[in-house]
Amino acid sequence: MAELTLRKADQPQKGKTWPKPEGATRLREFHVYRYDPDKADNPRIDTYFVDLDNCGPMILDALLYIKNNTDPTLTLRRSCREGICGSCSMNINGLNTLACTKGMDDSSGPIKIYPLPHMPVVKDLVPDLTNFYAQHRAIEPWLKTTSPTPEKEWTQSVENRAKLDGLYECILCACCSTSCPSYWWNGEKYLGPAALLQAYRWLIDSRDETQPERLDNLEDPFKLYRCHTIMNCAKVCPKGLNPAKAIAQIKKMMVERKAA
Amino acid sequence: MSVRARPTSPHLQIYRWTVTMAMSILHRMTGIANYAGMALLAVWLLAAALGQDAVTQVNYIFGSWFGQLVLFGFTWSLVHHMCGGLRHFVWDTAAMMEPDQREAIAWATIIASVIITLLIWTLFVWMA
Repeated sequence: MAELTLRKADQPQKGKTWPKPEGATRLREFHVYRYDPDKADNPRIDTYFVDLDNCGPMILDALLYIKNNTDPTLTLRRSCREGICGSCSMNINGLNTLACTKGMDDSSGPIKIYPLPHMPVVKDLVPDLTNFYAQHRAIEPWLKTTSPTPEKEWTQSVENRAKLDGLYECILCACCSTSCPSYWWNGEKYLGPAALLQAYRWLIDSRDETQPERLDNLEDPFKLYRCHTIMNCAKVCPKGLNPAKAIAQIKKMMVERKAA
Repeated sequence: MSVRARPTSPHLQIYRWTVTMAMSILHRMTGIANYAGMALLAVWLLAAALGQDAVTQVNYIFGSWFGQLVLFGFTWSLVHHMCGGLRHFVWDTAAMMEPDQREAIAWATIIASVIITLLIWTLFVWMA
C-alpha cells in the first residue's frame, strides 16, 4: 500500500540560515535538504545565499559555491558538469533534473533543492541507488545471442541501428524513475521507467536473439504493468528521452505476440 | 554504524504537479466515485421496484439541491472517467506521446469532461 506521507522521523524541519557572503550585491537564496547520518536528528532545510557575481550560471555552480565558500559539509554527487555522467540528478524546484544543466535563471525566488524523491537518503543530496542499479541489471542490458559468434562483429543495417536512437542515450541518472508515483509506491517490484527504457532498447535490437525470453521476463503484474502512463518520466528526462513511450511499445509487443 | 534508519526523501510533499499526473490521479478518483454513484442508481431502481411511495421519497432526496449537486458530480465523474479511458486507449497504441501532444490530450480530458457534463445537464435537466 502506498504511503502518501513521510514517517515522522523523515520529515524535514527548519534548519540553519547561513550567513550571506560579505560584500555581495546580487544574491540568490537556496533552500537545501540536509541529512546527517551521524546524528539521530530529522532531516532539515538549510538556507544559503549565493553571490551571483562570483558564481557560474548553473545550479551545480551554486551548490559548489556553497560548498567552497559557506558550508563544506554539504554533500552531493557530481562529476562531468556537462550532463553526460548523470551524477548530479536531484529535485530542483519540484522537478527532477541534473543540477549541471539547469540554469539558475530558469526560475525566480528561492531555489528549493531536495534529493531524488522517495529514495533512502545516504547523506544530504545523495540517495541510495542500489535498488535502481539492480533493476537495470535485472533486464540484462547486454547483447544475448544463440547463433555462433561471427568472426568480426555483429552487424546491423543503418535502419535497424536508427531504431536505437532515443534509447541508448540514457545516462542512468534516475530522474525518470524517481519522478514516477508508481515507482514511489512500488519501487521494489515495479522496474521503473529507466530500466524499462533499457529493456525496450534490447528488445528491439536487431542483433539480439532472445526477444521472447526478454518479454517473458517482463510478463508480470508489477515489473511492467505498474506503469499507468502518468508521464512524469518523459517530462523530466534531462536527455529528452521518452521512457513512457518505450514502455507503451513493450506493452504493445506483449499484446501483439499474444495475438500472433 | 548509523544512528538511525535512512530517511525516505520527500516525494508528494515537494513534487511539482504536472497535468498528466493530475489526470492520472483524477482517473483513479473518478473510478472510485463511480462505484458510489452506481449505488445511487441502484437505490433509485430498488425504490422503483418497491412502488410509488418509495420512488417519490427517493426522487425528493435526489431532487433537493444537495441531491442535484451529488448527481451533477456523479455525471461529471462518469464522463471524466470515460474521457480518461479514451485517453488511455490512445496512449495504449503508443500515439500522442510526444511532449506537446501528451499535455494537450491531458488538458483535453478535463476540458471535454466539463463541457460534456454541462451539455448533458443543459439538455436533459435544465431544459427538460
